[in-house]
Amino acid sequence: MAARLVVRVQTEGFDAAEEAARLTQGCTNIGALVSFTGLCRDEGGALAALEIEHYPGMAEAEIHRAALVAASRWPLEAVLAVHRYGLILPGEGIVLVITASQHRTEAFAAASFLMDYLKTEAPFWKKRHLAGKGAGDWVEAKPQDHAAARKWRG
Amino acid sequence: MKALYFAWVRERIGKAEEEIVPPENIKTVAELMAWLSGQGENYAAAFASIKTMRAALDRTHVKHDASIQNAREIAFFPPMTGG
Repeated sequence: MAARLVVRVQTEGFDAAEEAARLTQGCTNIGALVSFTGLCRDEGGALAALEIEHYPGMAEAEIHRAALVAASRWPLEAVLAVHRYGLILPGEGIVLVITASQHRTEAFAAASFLMDYLKTEAPFWKKRHLAGKGAGDWVEAKPQDHAAARKWRG
Repeated sequence: MKALYFAWVRERIGKAEEEIVPPENIKTVAELMAWLSGQGENYAAAFASIKTMRAALDRTHVKHDASIQNAREIAFFPPMTGG
């Protein structure tokens, strides 16, 4: 049976527990559910907010493509990916990935794959807003994120 | 064709999108970047580090040697930092 697939790009915040409950409603064959939330941290008080820019249309399409790859690679019952854009304050969620399968190994692997993919291939860019200083610099891509994404290839 | 710019590429050029009409001899993403960087100081600044520039044709990631023929939309942006 095809996995349930939910992909959203939005400005609003999300509630991980609520999303998980809605995603798996009526599913009785799920033995493992992994939920990952990426949060905005204040970097020791230096960061006032993150501003996330995205490529409308392509962002949704790229995440959807990754979710389909995950669902074809692992036997998943359900997969959800929600990514926010706009101004995000420290403590708020930025990204939510939920994977559900019969056994835990597949759910963990698929969630990890989706996050590695989102970091390097989904068109989002973060800009720092510094405490008391306004808009600051753009966050630079990290080589280790690309190394993490590469390990899932072929 | 429609050109879209994101993050610091957008800031350096000073606009988020525009219609561009490259000469007919411009056939690849790399050639288009070289042509754009000659369109003014702002473009030269945006395309100063061409190696790190990422591009998408009609919302699909492409390499710099990809053909731009038949593409309706091209986007230029720095490496992505989502998640």
